[in-house]
Amino acid sequence: MAELRQNPLVEIEGLKVHFPIHAGVFRRHIGDVKAVDDVSLQIYEGETLGLVGESGCGKSTVGRAVIRLYELTDGHIKIDGRDISHAGADELRPMRPAMQMIFQDPQASLNPRMTVSAIIGEPLDEHQSLSPSERIARIYELMDQVGLNRSFANRYPHEFSGGQRQRIGIARALALNPKFIVCDEPIAALDVSIQAQVVNLLEELQKKFGLTYLFISHDLSMIRHIADRVAVMYLGKIVELAPRDDLYADPAHPYTQALLSAVPEPDPEHEAKRQHIILEGDVPSPSNPPQGCNFCTRCPKAMDICHEIEPSFHAVGDGRYAACHLLEDR
Amino acid sequence: MFNYTIRRSLLAVPTLLLISLIIFLLLDLAPSDPTANLPLTIPPEVREKIRQSLGLGDPIYIRYILWCKQFFINEPLNILEHIFGWQIGGDRLRVLSWQTRSPVVDLIVQRLPQTLWVVGLSYVLGIVIAVPIGVISAYRQYSWFDQIGTFISMVGFSVPTFFTGVLLIVIFSVWLGWFPSIYDTTHQVTDWSSFLVQVKQMIMPVSVLALFNAAQISRYMRASMLDNLNQDYVRTARAKGVRERIVVLVHVLRNSLIPVTTVIALGVPQVFGGAIITEQVFKVNGLGQLLIIAIQGGDVPVVQTLTFIFALLIVLFNLIADVLYGVLDPRIRYD
Repeated sequence: MAELRQNPLVEIEGLKVHFPIHAGVFRRHIGDVKAVDDVSLQIYEGETLGLVGESGCGKSTVGRAVIRLYELTDGHIKIDGRDISHAGADELRPMRPAMQMIFQDPQASLNPRMTVSAIIGEPLDEHQSLSPSERIARIYELMDQVGLNRSFANRYPHEFSGGQRQRIGIARALALNPKFIVCDEPIAALDVSIQAQVVNLLEELQKKFGLTYLFISHDLSMIRHIADRVAVMYLGKIVELAPRDDLYADPAHPYTQALLSAVPEPDPEHEAKRQHIILEGDVPSPSNPPQGCNFCTRCPKAMDICHEIEPSFHAVGDGRYAACHLLEDR
Repeated sequence: MFNYTIRRSLLAVPTLLLISLIIFLLLDLAPSDPTANLPLTIPPEVREKIRQSLGLGDPIYIRYILWCKQFFINEPLNILEHIFGWQIGGDRLRVLSWQTRSPVVDLIVQRLPQTLWVVGLSYVLGIVIAVPIGVISAYRQYSWFDQIGTFISMVGFSVPTFFTGVLLIVIFSVWLGWFPSIYDTTHQVTDWSSFLVQVKQMIMPVSVLALFNAAQISRYMRASMLDNLNQDYVRTARAKGVRERIVVLVHVLRNSLIPVTTVIALGVPQVFGGAIITEQVFKVNGLGQLLIIAIQGGDVPVVQTLTFIFALLIVLFNLIADVLYGVLDPRIRYD
């Protein structure tokens, strides 16, 4: 791991994505949903960075913004040394092959009127000039890699099961030999038995092609399985970022502690004795976040300072970062 | 798909027979009298004889079966003879109009070109205008273009054609004198200048109907585009690095056209039905006007035949819409 750390593939700095709220008769701009508010992180070549958080915390928005499916409100994104934060659509298009995405809903994210070979082949048509026989050979190769039977090439997405559809989505993402893939909850819509298959496939492909993943999920045990480092998000901000084993063994931020305590234990005796940290209340609205620390309204360890001053995102140990006043002297 | 089409067509036969019976009974119940338009000086016993000669003395089921025989057997045989030059022979009684004593099918054949030209062209024009407006309106939702387009389509949808028609006549025929207010069916197109005259007299009825059709279709188009623009597969296409033009025109438009095609197919019988009111306003003597005159004159065979042909077209285009849906959308399978 140590030597990989030297080489960040994706650098995100001060990323902000705000969605404007319009209201009233004249649809005036009255505020913003701060879906992502000042996120900075680096993803090293060949690693899997897990991004966890509850629904609506902005993790999918980070994933989409990183490969510029959203316009950034502020901040910079560098992929493979190239700044793409404000590239126009025409500038961005030739860079698309290097960065791809696997979407959450494998049913909705495939065009229902295109066959599997058309779906996988479209990026090839757009970005490469292959002869028809080369093209079909490449499509078959990709289908083999993700474990789809070649005879399915002329079928439509609705004829497949969820796991097979997700394999189509993965084959499509792989078509242009990307370096970096954003996996936006790729397993959330699948059965548990299929989840394992798809995750194993992703790991296998990572080893084979040296892929870098940003793996977004709310499934903490799955993240523990696949990720090298884990970033925890809450209300548009990253509250903790740490190597996987450190994070699961000794969560530093109160929110991470609460999240991890919600993961059930397999051993019933241990589970019965365990102390759960139960958070009170709801997540505040991202259009009107609380003053000070975003988590202060629900934090069991909140102090006076938390309601006034926003904690900085700082190093709290070897390769670990957190944003919490409690940890500032560590 | 083939079996499905055959099965649906077979099912359509009893449906249509039932429809024809219902139309026949309704017309029989209607208190109209084919001799009512005749001069009052005709004595009642002569009127009664006229009624008898029209076949009104027979019981209703005899009249219905007679019409069925004339329409379903005699007329198709006539058409076959006409097309292939065969001589099938036999003395076949045709469906005759009570008012004109000429065969109803001949009347329809005479009227069809006017209706197809005016109403059909307005339908095509309406589609051609509506699709791009719907696409752009949806792509730039809430922009000025969308606001204006939505407003115009609301106006076109809600203002009846007898109002817009008369309004256009007042403005362009009475005040400006640009276009004739009456559509002259006897006009022959022989050269360039007579072609211009034809275009001039078509502009107003066509645009009145086109506005109405375009208003309807553009709303469907816009709604369908909006549905699809937010779908995940559109984001997938963008993530592939596909050009925006292709994303919109290939991925989104193709999927959005599926429901719109159905709406368009279902609207076609209205073209044949003629825009009764608009034809009346501009004096286009098409099928709609034929129907109105026949209703006024109590001309049961014409009304019966025309109404039944409309019903036939509606059943036919419903089937076409369903089959088209199956062809366009691979998720739909009929078996």
